[in-house]
Amino acid sequence: MTVAIDQQVRKVVVTDLKRTQIVMYAAAGGDFNPLHTDEPFATQIAGNPTVMAHGMLTMGLAVQPVVDWLDNRGVILGYGVRFTRPVVVDPADGATVTVVAKVGALGEDETRIDLTVTFDGATVLGKAQVRVSLT
Amino acid sequence: MTGIPFPIEQGHVRAFARALGEDADVIAPTFPIAFAQFDPDWGLRMRPGVPWNGSGAGPGQSSGGAGGLHAEQEFEYFRPIRVGETLTAVKREGRTWSKTGGRGVLNFAERHVDFFDDDKELVARSTTVSVTVTPKPKTDDDIPEAGR
Repeated sequence: MTVAIDQQVRKVVVTDLKRTQIVMYAAAGGDFNPLHTDEPFATQIAGNPTVMAHGMLTMGLAVQPVVDWLDNRGVILGYGVRFTRPVVVDPADGATVTVVAKVGALGEDETRIDLTVTFDGATVLGKAQVRVSLT
Repeated sequence: MTGIPFPIEQGHVRAFARALGEDADVIAPTFPIAFAQFDPDWGLRMRPGVPWNGSGAGPGQSSGGAGGLHAEQEFEYFRPIRVGETLTAVKREGRTWSKTGGRGVLNFAERHVDFFDDDKELVARSTTVSVTVTPKPKTDDDIPEAGR
């Protein structure tokens, strides 16, 4: 596969994120922290405006453009992020998360893809990088 | 090798993929985090007979969050994970470090989970960094005159 520095893909990975998807993620991933799924707890006890998506759900969504782009033409060697801001799911407006995946470094054995993951105009994952080996 | 079995089940893989908006039986890159389902020490699930911090008749109460916030996550993959195999998860503590911020001291702690196959070959590694905050001690300057 031919790739070049700064080559990029932009993708909206979720629009109007439903609470159902958060519940599905809690069930599959095993993180039942009520901050994510329990509105009375999230608002009255935790003091948040409403429930927020799991950081791991955002992390999982954010790498999908790279998985799709690779399309069996390579493998992922590593993937890391910092959780900098939560994705808060507004009851009226939902949540839309956008990913820009850009080739950040090209090596002989490894290519680094830098992800910029935004929600509501702000970056929600910091230092989000995917290391891939291209075939 | 002492560890915790992590069976890679098709139904679990499918449920995880669907939660990420995919409708295929593919093992998502973040799937190793779902080892939590098999981790006997995992604290973020409700257990029979044990108080839980979610709402019921009332909004519930907080457990205090002693485990800290999930600050960073990294996965390393050494070969693809395959449906049908059972990996062995070995947990170990990693580095710890602190940073002073506006709210106080941020205490970071790293935890690794190494996933091995039947041949004792490393298949994947999950590294979680959590952070707890030691609040900045109050000084006289923080206390209003009337409160001194």
